[in-house]
This record gives sequence, structure tokens and C-alpha cells, in this order.
Amino acid sequence: MHASTRRTYLSGLILAAALLVVGFLLPAWLLFTVTKAIGYGLVALGIITLMRGGLVSFGQGLVYCIGAYAAGLLATRIGVTEAPLLLLVGMVASGLVGLLVGPLIARYRGIFFAMLTVALSMVLYGILVKMNAIGGSDGFTLPEPTFFGWQPDVGTSDLALYVTAVIVACAAATACRLYYDSMAGMMALAVRENELRVEYLGSSVFNVTVRNFAIAAALGGLGGSLNAMALGHIDPLFSFWTTSGEFVFISVLAGHLSVGAVFVSALILELVRSFSNRYFPETWQMIIGIFLIATIIFLPGGVGSLFQRVLKRGPAAGRGESAENEGRAAP
Amino acid sequence: MTSDTVILEARDLQKRFGAVVAAQDINVKVASGEKLSLIGANGAGKTTFMNMVTGYLKPDSGAILLEGGDVTKLNPRQITQRGVCRSFQIPQLYEPMTALENVMVAIGASGRRFSFFQPADLNETVEQARAMLKRFALDPYAHRPVSELPGGVRKLLDIAMALVRNPKILLLDEPTSGVSVDEKFPLMETVMEALAAEAVTVIFVEHDMDIVTRYSDRVLAFYQGQVIADDDPSEVLSDPAVQKYVTGTAGPATAPAGAEKEAEA
Amino acid sequence: MYDVLTILVDGVVYASWLFIVALGLTLIFGVLRILNIAHGSMYAIGAYAAVTLAPLAPALGLPPVFSLLAMLIAALAVAIVLAPLMERGLLRLFYGRDEVLILLITYAVFLILEDVSKLIWGVNPYYLFEPRNLFGTVEIGDLFYVGYDLMLIALAAVCGLAVWLGLNKTKVGKIVLAVIHNPDVSACMGVNIARIYLLAFFVGVFLAALAGAFTAPLISVQPGISVSVIILSFAVVIIGGLGSIPGAAIGAVVVGIVRAAAVYELPEAEIFIVYLVMAIVLVFRPEGLFQRTQARKI
Repeated sequence: MHASTRRTYLSGLILAAALLVVGFLLPAWLLFTVTKAIGYGLVALGIITLMRGGLVSFGQGLVYCIGAYAAGLLATRIGVTEAPLLLLVGMVASGLVGLLVGPLIARYRGIFFAMLTVALSMVLYGILVKMNAIGGSDGFTLPEPTFFGWQPDVGTSDLALYVTAVIVACAAATACRLYYDSMAGMMALAVRENELRVEYLGSSVFNVTVRNFAIAAALGGLGGSLNAMALGHIDPLFSFWTTSGEFVFISVLAGHLSVGAVFVSALILELVRSFSNRYFPETWQMIIGIFLIATIIFLPGGVGSLFQRVLKRGPAAGRGESAENEGRAAP
Repeated sequence: MTSDTVILEARDLQKRFGAVVAAQDINVKVASGEKLSLIGANGAGKTTFMNMVTGYLKPDSGAILLEGGDVTKLNPRQITQRGVCRSFQIPQLYEPMTALENVMVAIGASGRRFSFFQPADLNETVEQARAMLKRFALDPYAHRPVSELPGGVRKLLDIAMALVRNPKILLLDEPTSGVSVDEKFPLMETVMEALAAEAVTVIFVEHDMDIVTRYSDRVLAFYQGQVIADDDPSEVLSDPAVQKYVTGTAGPATAPAGAEKEAEA
Repeated sequence: MYDVLTILVDGVVYASWLFIVALGLTLIFGVLRILNIAHGSMYAIGAYAAVTLAPLAPALGLPPVFSLLAMLIAALAVAIVLAPLMERGLLRLFYGRDEVLILLITYAVFLILEDVSKLIWGVNPYYLFEPRNLFGTVEIGDLFYVGYDLMLIALAAVCGLAVWLGLNKTKVGKIVLAVIHNPDVSACMGVNIARIYLLAFFVGVFLAALAGAFTAPLISVQPGISVSVIILSFAVVIIGGLGSIPGAAIGAVVVGIVRAAAVYELPEAEIFIVYLVMAIVLVFRPEGLFQRTQARKI
């Protein structure tokens, strides 16, 4: 096995182990917040994947919502409460939607791509609001999840879900890191820099874009089904464009250099949300807005670029040399 | 013609941009292994011809045959996959990446299968990329971001990337433009040396008649979208029409509007 | 089955104010290449300013027509305060950067303005009834329509015409067109690009605020109106073609009528039909109905 591959696997494992241990020390409210942040982080990881190929989706609420509803409907209508199964179904459902929608929108770039994804997510929102059979605008509540047949009591269910979330997040982050470092991941960067040359070298920009969109969709579905279980309730707002806006916020805050940074950024968002809900309930959006502008001005490479400064050749920073170059290119 | 095997054939190519005739009645047969240069003033139709052959532009009528098969309707990617590769007047590089990484992308695009779970910088890939850089004497620049590299080096890298696929036909669009006069010959020398081992057919656009004479077996002279002369260099350059319309029109080698747009795209 | 006429009139009234918003959005995009998500906030703040200022007219003992003037002043005030603040104070810093990055900045401004308007005007709805009675009612077919609503159609026509004439028949307009065509060359020719950008942004914000001020009598002014307006006006400009004035007009009419038809015939589809139309248009004509490929035109 290549040294960097081994390092990626190893850091994924170490991170997962560390987070699992930490989980037993955290207070319940923070446990819930971290779980929710991981759900958001997974969706944002999808956006990062798209960003590496030069695209930003302002409509990831679409796949987040589909993942959540797929898991929710399976749980309430068919009575499947197995958390791993619900996650899988959420991921597959959204991934399939990504594979279907991807080819339709893969020709678009920049704001057209962004707006088209918004439009699609809002179509879903509009449909769900009117579908009274599945709760309309109120949505519906999910039963408590089970874990391989085990039904945790109220005190431990948050911990059980946290453990699941950590495992899923570390697996997803490791897989994404491997993909970014692979030849296919390098081709995505090439697509972002110069599409014409990619075609003239004989590779398909369309394929790269559809692949990234499908991966982003699957990650979005995973995040959606996870948060459906964490929140215990889903509604059409999962697909509303302001929800998608938060995912974009997390991605920009994280930057596309590090896969770990998205989860840190998501946690920052959640903590800011909790604190401002408590102390400045009227100005939560304003704080986020100011935060976003400040990030773009003062930290253009995102939280990931901070990681890199700290750990020069650390696991999260990826391959030092090329990652540094990316840093220079990062918008 | 130096060989009887026709590798590329253009039949009755026509192309207009509004009122401008960019190609008219173009009939060309290119033999395998030939070194063919295209000359003509700016706007004479050289780049249009090259863009049609590589699928960037579709001719209004006529056909392009590659080894006897019709490739007129194929897009640049499909044409590239059939072994027709090109370089660009303004080098099309991945600016933030290093020279080595640029060639690695070319290797990645060349059709070999790569695992999603293996890093791009596997030894084998890196070695192949280094070897290609070495052929063009670019090894000192391997780890420099290409945006920092001088013009001549960028030109060579652009050509090196086109060569990764071992093309049957290599099209070079003004390989020596944007390079200082002293550098033109060394650059062309490097390119031709790098190509010496290949049985590749080369078609290149060139404004410098000394380079045309020295490095091509055959010359096509373009004027107002038409081929006005097609023969070996000495014949073409002594043709009165060519002297009047092509070599007489001395001027700086500036890019036609279409080429600039293409570069920005 | 509702009367086709009913749907048409309703749709065109809806289209008229939407056109004014979209006109501002498309103007800003055409000149500055910015898709301004905060445009809906300008509409909302225009509406809030109107419900604050318009009641002053009767309170001061002025005839009711003066409340229309107050609404106009409200829109102007919003543009005078917010346009320079946003364009000079913030957007200027990001010129030449990625379009999507600037889209994010305007999204941040939208978030900030949402809360600023909540801090100023609170979360309870405001109503402004009086101006709507100014023009009486008009009978079309066998139905009565509020004269004020029909006046909005005239207002939209005036706005569209004014912007078109301003661009094509005045010296400043010609300069703006030159900047749209090629900002760099224009700058070399001595055009003060910064001033043209500010002017275009100012007019764009004013149009949004104007639409907000004049629709205030039709709606309950409350948090959330900015969101629905921005999404709708995005749909309009995407359908019509970004940067095109006739496109904005056609887009607005399409959205207005499609929505009106949905309200009467298929109420379930009201919320998403507009986006569906937008998605369909984008799939088949990515540049919008009225935009030529690549050519930047307004």
C-alpha cells in the first residue's frame, strides 16, 4: 500500500477512535449538537467535492431532504428502525437522484448551475408542502432508531447515534480524502482549472461532473438520514433554499483543502447557532452573514488552510506539495 | 508525399463565420509520418482548419477522414481518443499545478484505468511524467507551478502534454509564437528531437519561414480560406502568389480573434 | 374552470410588480455581473419603508394622493442609503473574483438585512390599505378589479420604458452600454467605471424598493417576503435571460400567468410550478428565452 494511502486510513481510524472516546465524556446537549453537526458536515463534504470540480450547488437541500424523507418513510411506513439501514437507504436514494439529475445539469456552470440546483430543491419543497399524505408542511416524526436490534433507552440513544455518526463521518471523510488524492480526484481539479484542455487530453468533463454530483448527492442523503434520526422530526424545510445556504456556508468556512475541516466548520455553525439562539435570538442570521463575509475576506482558504499551517504534512492536509499549490489557487 | 498511406484527408471543407469565409474548398491529403506546415496571414484559415480537424469547429459542409473513417462529427475528446492530439497557440495548462502534475493529468486522461483508492502520484505515473518532461528538457521545472514559468517553457509543456497519448497525428498551433527570436530555433529543435523517436505525423502552423523550410516536408499556404499552394517548402516559397499574399505580408504574429476567445474559454 | 380573462388580468398584475423587481436584478447583473441575492431584501425594506412613511401623509393632513408620493420617497430613501453602502462598502472589494463568490457575499448581505429589518420593524405584519382605494375599481368583463392594481401595470411599463430609454437614448446610458460591453476598454477610454457601477446598482436597488413600496398595499408586510420575492425574480430573469430587459418582461409575464393559472386551476402546484417552468427553460435554453449565447446584451 502506498504510504499516503496508509496514512489516510490510519488517520481516519485514529480520529474515529479519539472521537468515540470523547463521546463518553461529552454532556448530552453537546453530544446532540455534534451529531447534528456531523449530519450537516456530510452534506457540506458533498459540496466540497463539487467545488473541487469547479461547481457550487446552492440546492443541496434537495438531496439532504430526499435522504431524510427516504429514511423517514421507511421508518414510519414500513417500520424499519435499524439506524445503519436507514442511513444506507438515505444515501442510496439520494445517490440515485444525483445520478438521474446529474446528467441534466452537468452542462451548466457558475451561477446557472447554482440557480438550477436551487430551483430543483424548491420544486421538491413545493411538492412536499402540498403532500398532506406525508405530513405536508408540518412533516412527521420518526420513531426512535434501533442499532442491530438493540433499542437504547432515552439516556443512551443520543450516545448511540453519536457513535454511529462518528463512524459514518470518519468513513466518508477517509473515502473522500482517498478520492481527492486519486487520479480521478486530480482530474476534477483539472476540470476546474481548464475544461477545454481536459477534453483535448481525451477525458470527459461531463463524466467528472456527473460523478462528483452523484457523490455529493449520496453524501447529502447520508447527512439527511442521519439528521432525520438525530432531530427525530423532518419537514419540507429540509429542502428550503436557506437550508442549502447553510451548507454552502459550512463549505466556504471549511475550504476545500481538508476533509476534516467541514465537520469543524459545521460544529462552529451549530455552536454559534446555539449561543445566538440563547443570547441573541433575533440576530442569528445577521451573525452568520457577518461570519461568512469575514471568512471570505480574512480566511479565503477556509478552516482547512489553518489546519495546513499547523500540520505541514499532517493527514488532514493531504499531500503537502500539491495541496499548497491548491491553497494558492483557492478562491 | 513521402509515403502512400494517407492518414488524414479533408474533403471539400467549407466554413463561414457570417460574411467571413474561413475555409473554402479545402482538399488536403496528409500522408503518415509527414511533417506538414501551414502558412498564411492571420485570418487566412490555418487555425480554422486545425480547429475543424480537432473537432472544435464543425465545417458547414465537407468531410474529414481519419485513416479512411469519417470523423467530421466527432467532438474534440473523441478525436483525441482516436489519436489526434494538439497543442495551443496560447498554452492551455492547469495554472496552479506544477509542471509534473500537469503531465500527470495528461497521463490520467490518456485512457488508462486508475483506482479511486490509489493516490495519483503512484511511482509508475510519476516516472512516466518525469520521463516526458525530460524528453522536452523540462525536468528542472518539474516542481514549479506552471503559472510562474517563462513563455517558451509553457509552450514546450503544452506540447509535451499533447504527446502523452502517443498520438498518430500531432497538431501544433504556432509552437514558436510568443517566444523570443533567439529561442525559436532551440525550441523547435527540442520539439523535433522529442518527436524523433515517434512515427507521428506533425501538422504545425508557423509564421517563421526559416522554421518552415527547415522543419517541414511539405507546406500548405492559406489565403482567404483557400489553399493557394501545396508542395514542398522551396516550391511553395518561390510561388509568386504565395510571395504576394503570404510571405510578402510581413507582420507581427498576433492571435486571430477566434484563438483568443478559445484560450479564455 | 375560471375565466381565461381572470387568470390573464391577475397574472399580468402579478407580473407587473415582479417585472419591476426583476428589471433591477437584471440591470445589476448586466452591468456588474452580480446576481444579487439581497435584491429581495431591498424589495422588503422598500415595503417596510412605505408602510412607515405612507401613513404620514394623512397624519399631516395632506390629501391621500400624497401617500403615493411618500411611497416613492420611501423607495428613493432605501436606495440612497443601501445602494452606496452595499456597492461601495462591500461588493467593490470582490470585483474580478469568481461570480459564485460574489453570489455568496450577496447571500451574506441578505442574511444580515433580514435581521436588520426585524430589529427595526419587528416580526409583526404591517398593513397599508389606504393607497389601494385611491383609484377606485374598474370593470373588466363581468368582474371588478381594484384600480390600484391596474395602475401597477402602468407603473411597470413606465419603469421598463424609462430604463430602456435611459440606456439607449441618453449619453450616460450609452456609456453604461459601453461598460457592459467591455469594462476594461471603457476604463481606458476614460470612463469612470466606479461611478457607472454605483449608478447601475443604485437604479437596481431603487427599482426593487419601488416595487416593494408599491406592492405594500397589496400584501401584509412581514418577515419572509424577501425570500419569496428573490426566488421569484430569479426565476423571472433566468427564464427571460440574465441581463435582458425584454427577457425580464416576458419572464415576468410567464411567471405571473403561470402562477395565476396554478392558483385557480391547480392550487397544489402554486409553490413549485414557477421553479418547474424555470428548470424546464434552463434545460432547453440555458441562456434563457431572450438571451443570445455569449453575447452580453441588455
